[in-house]
This record gives sequence, C-alpha cells and structure tokens, in this order.
Amino acid sequence: MRISRRILAGLATASLAVTVTSCGGGSDTSGSFDDPVTVGILHSLSGTMAISESTLVDTEKMAIAEINAAGGVTVGGKSYKIEYIVEDGASDWPTFAEKSKKLIDQDGVPVVFGGWTSASRKAMLPVYESKDAFLYYPIQYEAQECSNNIFYTGASPNQQSEPATDFMYKRSPAAGKPFFLVGSDYVFPRTSNTITKEQLKSLGGEVVGEDYLPLGNTEVAPIISKIKKALAPTGGGVIINTLNGDQNVAFFKQIQDAGITPSNGYYVMNYSIAEEEISTIGPEFLEGHYGAWNYMMSIDTPESKKFAADFKALYGSDRVVADPQESAYNMVYLWKQAVEDAGTFENSAVREALVGQTFDAPQGPVEVMPNHHLAQTVRIGLIKPEGGFEILEETDGVVYPQAWNQFEPSSKGYACDWTDPSKGERYKL
Amino acid sequence: MLLDSLFNGVAIGSVLLVAALGLAIVFGLMGVINLAHGELMMLGAYTTYVTQLIFKLPLLKPYYNAYVIVSIFFAFIVSGVVGILLEKTVIRKLYGSPLETLLATWGVSLILQQFVRSVPLAYGTGLVISLIIGLFLPSVFSSKVKESINFKYVKFSSWIFAALAGVLSGNLISSSVSKLSRASARNVDVTAPAWMRGQVEILGTNFPKTRLMIIIITLISVIAITLFLNQSAWGMRIRAVTQNREMSDCLGISTEKVDVLTFGIGSGLAGVAGVAVSLLGSVGPNVGGNYIVGCFMVVVLGGVGNLLGTIFASFGIGIMTDLIGAGRLLSIWPDMPLPLSNTINFFATTSMARVMIFALIVIFLQFKPTGLFPQKGRMVES
Repeated sequence: MRISRRILAGLATASLAVTVTSCGGGSDTSGSFDDPVTVGILHSLSGTMAISESTLVDTEKMAIAEINAAGGVTVGGKSYKIEYIVEDGASDWPTFAEKSKKLIDQDGVPVVFGGWTSASRKAMLPVYESKDAFLYYPIQYEAQECSNNIFYTGASPNQQSEPATDFMYKRSPAAGKPFFLVGSDYVFPRTSNTITKEQLKSLGGEVVGEDYLPLGNTEVAPIISKIKKALAPTGGGVIINTLNGDQNVAFFKQIQDAGITPSNGYYVMNYSIAEEEISTIGPEFLEGHYGAWNYMMSIDTPESKKFAADFKALYGSDRVVADPQESAYNMVYLWKQAVEDAGTFENSAVREALVGQTFDAPQGPVEVMPNHHLAQTVRIGLIKPEGGFEILEETDGVVYPQAWNQFEPSSKGYACDWTDPSKGERYKL
Repeated sequence: MLLDSLFNGVAIGSVLLVAALGLAIVFGLMGVINLAHGELMMLGAYTTYVTQLIFKLPLLKPYYNAYVIVSIFFAFIVSGVVGILLEKTVIRKLYGSPLETLLATWGVSLILQQFVRSVPLAYGTGLVISLIIGLFLPSVFSSKVKESINFKYVKFSSWIFAALAGVLSGNLISSSVSKLSRASARNVDVTAPAWMRGQVEILGTNFPKTRLMIIIITLISVIAITLFLNQSAWGMRIRAVTQNREMSDCLGISTEKVDVLTFGIGSGLAGVAGVAVSLLGSVGPNVGGNYIVGCFMVVVLGGVGNLLGTIFASFGIGIMTDLIGAGRLLSIWPDMPLPLSNTINFFATTSMARVMIFALIVIFLQFKPTGLFPQKGRMVES
C-alpha cells in the first residue's frame, strides 16, 4: 500500500488545525458590571445534528442577553456580566468530551450548557464526574441515569409518554384500540416503549406489535405491512412513534400512501415531533395526529407569547420555538438563580442551591427536584392543518420526574436524591 | 396476502435496483469504486426538489403534474454531467489504483455534501447549468471548426458564455424562487403531485402509487440501459473495453471516450435513483450515504460486471427483507413448531432482518465468492 507516512502526518495536522480554530464567543461589554463571568456553551454547530442544536445555542444566547440586560448575575453584592464561549461538538461524541475538558480546564467555566443526543451526554458524563464540574442538559431523554454533575431540564419518560399513553388509550378517537410501537433503533425509543407497554398492561390495553428502524434506514415498507396486519382487524388503532429526524418524513409519506391515516382510524402519537419538525415534514402529512411535550408554541400565556416573540425579534419572523429550546432557556435562568442564592460560583454550593429553585417558565412554573430533573407540566396537542399544535389537554399542575424507570424491572423501586448523602444516585424506595 | 408480500418485496427491491444500477455500471463494468455514488443520487434528489419549485412558478404551474417526469430527465443530465466532470478531473488519473480512487471519491462525496449545505440551491443550479453548457457547447460545432487550430479559443469562449449563463440563471432562479435563494443544511421535501399519491386497487389489493411509480422508473431504466449496452454501437464499445481494454484500444476504440461515457451514464442513473428516493423520504445532504452500502452489497452479490446479477440480487434482497422483516413465514405456515416460530419472531424486526440478510449474504459469498452470476472470460485487471 502506497500511502506515505507524510500524507498521514499531513492529515493529522490538518485535523488538529480544525480542532484548534473552532472556538468563538464573547459578547459586547456595555453597561456597568463589576466583573465578567464566562460560561460554556457546547452544542454541535457542524455535522448532522447542527440543524437542531444550533437552535439551542441561539436560545441560550438570548437568555444570557436577557439576564445581562437585567443587570447580570449578582453574587456577594457584586454584579457579574455573563460572557460565553461557544464550542462545537461537531456531531461527534468524543469531541463533546474533549471540548468539555477544554472548557473546564483551560477556560475554567463554572457551568456548561450543552448536548442533545444521549450519546453525546454519555460521552461527556465521565468528564464532568471526574472533574466535579456541572453540565446542564436540555433535552427530553430516556432517563435511567442520575448524575450528581448533570442537571436534566428536558422531560424524563414519565413526563411525556405516561400522560400521552393515558390520553391515547382513554380519550383519543382510537380509545380502547390496540397499540403499535414504532421507533428508531437506539436507547430512547426502546426505553420509552418499555414504559408504554407496562403502562398499557396495567390499563388493560394491548400492544399488538413493535418495530425499530435502524438509524439512517428509510425503508419502511415491512413496518407498514406489519402495522396493517396488526391494526386492520380492529379498524385502526394507536401508533406510538419515536422515530428520529428524517426517518419521520419517510414514515409519514409512506403511511399516508398506504392509507394509514386518521380518517381511516389510525392515530399516531409522536414523542419527537415539535413545531420545527412539523414544518419540515409538512403539516399535510401530520394533520390529525398527536404530540406530547412540556412546551408548545401555542400556549396562550403572556410568558409563552413573550418567549416566542422575543426569539422571532432576535432571529427572524420565520423562526419557531419548541420544547427543547424552552428547556435550554429555562436552564440558563435556573443556573443564574442558583448562583445568586448560593452567593458563589463554586460548584458544590450552587448544586445545593439549585434543588428547589422555581421559575416562571414559558410553559408555566417549573421546579428543580432533588434528582436534578425538573418538575413540569405535560401537554397533549393535536397537529393542525396549518402546522403547530392545538393543545387538547394539560396535566393538573406539574408531573414529577422519575430518573429511574418504574416500569423497567431492573430499576423498579429505585429513586435518586442528591440532597441526602445517604441516598444519592440510586436508592431503594 | 401472497400478492401483497410479492409486491412489497418487488417494491423494496426496485429501490435497491434503481440505486445500484448506476453503480453496477461504474463499479461492475469499469471497476471504479465510486464512494461518491450516493452523493450523485443526492444531486438527483435535489434536482427533483428544484424542478418541483420551478414548476410552481406561475408560468409553469399548468404543467405541475408532469414535474416528476421532467425531473427524471433533468436528474439524469445533472448527475451525468457532474459524473463526467468527476471522471475527467479525478478518476481518470487514478485508473488501476483502487485505494486512491476510494479515498479520492470519498473526499468528493464529502465536498458534494458540504456543497449542498452551504451553497444556495439557486446558485448550485446555475453552476450546474454552466457546466452543462461548457461541456456540450463545443461539441455542437461542425467538425471543420473542431479540427481547426483555433478550436481552443472556441472552447475557451464557450466556457465564458457558460459562466455568464450560469450566473444569470442562478440569479434569475434565486430572485423568482425565494426558497432556493438561501443556503440551508435543513432537509427539504419533495411532494408527489396529486395523481401519484394514495393507492390503486389491483386484484383486490391496495398498492401505494408512489411505489408503483418507482417500479416503473426502475423498469424503464433497466430496459433502456440493456438496450443501450446490447444494441447501440457505443454500448458495444463499452462492453468491448470492459472485456479487454488493450485489445479494444488496438482496434481503434477511443477508450478515453468510452470511459467518460460509461461513467457519465452510471452517474446519470444515480441521478434517476435520486428522483425515486426523493419520492419516499426527505431530501438532505446525507440521503445518498444511506444507500451506498446497500448498493455495493447488491452489486457484489449479483456478481461484478453483470447487470442480470444486479437485478436478481436486488429483487432477492427485497423479497427476503419483506419475508424476514415482516414475519411473513409465520402467516404462511401458522402452526410451525415453537422453537422455529420463536426464531422467526426474533428476526421479524427491521433491524434484525438486516442482520439476518447480511449474514445470509456473507454465508452465500463463502460458497460463491464471485456472486450469483460471475462474469466469464478475461477481465481487464484480472
């Protein structure tokens, strides 16, 4: 083989150069502050996840700008202006760990806001635990994890799938009919579906089939024939969809062609389709199906409207806000409050002050629980022909997050509590 | 039931076939490992999207229903021209060194992916238009002009003309179709016209129309390429060069022209596959990459250098995918013994069906390493 050593060395240098040059950040220095404090923002700005994750960077910058405009963070009588360093995780999980190390060791940031995929979080977790740093993670995820060094502001499965399953089984047009579960083949859909299956068992419902599409695969013909075979005898039913990204487009295009539509009695409940995705997939394919989220852009409260309007004013009127962005927005504010209560940027004090923090978020009041997850409201929405959700129902008050899945046999009966040193990550209830 | 299963298998197989057909020519006949094949498909898919938006303009609105048919031709030309350019600039220099070809084409695939992410599609279209004009304008002149000493000036000025035409058309498209005027990494969507949506009933079973359309596109491509290779003069030259390059060269066949043509046709077919794929899912920078493994699998299984093998292999894989993935065997033979039915159930998911099919192919290739229909006779590099 005639690949010379020089070429390999060249390649290595080139990739190193890319790594070194990819940082930016900072913000202007107006107003009067005693000192600046620099935080880290770590999302993918390139690669496949860039489209989704860059919206979080935008939202976090907006929250920081708002806090600065209102006087910054006040700690020990001194006002601090928040500055930030944005790092690119490049849709590559080891890069997330590497950039975390850089932010913590080299830049000395007190907190990092970052991540989207579970794979990126799993890659970062050991870094934060070994350096006792703090990561704020804004995405709805599969739980089964509870780190002292991560604060999870997205929904845990019981804050999304449980109310949704309850709604679909009891009050949807397909109430009482059997369920079919479809998802992408990775950890979130499988975990979420174990909850759905167990929950349906206790409700008396039936799951007649389940299938997972390998990531990147868009051939859904076998799944469609299975759905038809399973649900046609009952004249339709409920499909729980946890497919990821573009696979949804293939799925919805093809099920519509195959006659699996609301008008024929098939209703799809989606856990990964928010306002942004509705407009990319096309509302004509999604009309009449459902979604479950903590935040929906159509929430009719002043806080929600202001959040959407501010974002549009900053980034363009064609932009939308969705649940992950709201989560990202909340976590910046919650960090600010915790720091102010702790009176220091020092990690262990902030962590202690964080639990119990409440915030009037765009979705309504949220509260940080001892398991480092967020108690929040859950909403069920019907997808409208023109896009967006019509909110059908919302839970009475907040739903409490479960870090350990109470339907999964291996974690049943366990919980997490970081306020009590004897309990910690995982203790028996 | 059986009809339904057969149709599903054929539908899955025809997507594989249309995607692999171009590769069967480029890899099978020319022996070039083209990792940018998926990106040529992607260009075809984006061409469909651009054509769709252009047909939404008031002037062309009445013909909107025909845009898919038109885009098949456009996609063939666009991907074909990009393929020709790729052959002329990169691959030509690397014949006989497969490893370097593999690396270079992989690089090209990354460049093309990033290109659609960061260049507004309107200007991308303009660039492609100027490439088409630049490459083909010189060939319309009479042979007298071509043989004259000053032909290089004609060539040069036609490239200038092409560049101007490209800039103008890019600006025109960007000003008239706002969706194409900004670069976006976001996936876009091709919506089939109304007559291609929904289902059609044949023999009491419902079939999705888009799937039928893809089967028809595949059929036409296969027939056209077979006729071309077997009946036309250029087709025979291609086959001659494939079988013995030196001998063909000695007999006065311009192997250089044959290479360009073969690669162009293979790439053009990738573009057609892009149209088919765009009807099924969304169109994005990674759309082609998802198919590339399947394409190579089909060509290797079918037997390198043999179109018939590619056809059998893709339908074989399609039917097996449906049989295993949808658990059909259970409904055909409901009261099979328990251990067997459990095994079948275990593999009756999309992920496991894929594992099973890969395993079966590996086992098959152990016994027949040259594929279903091995090429007989002397090959160039063997």
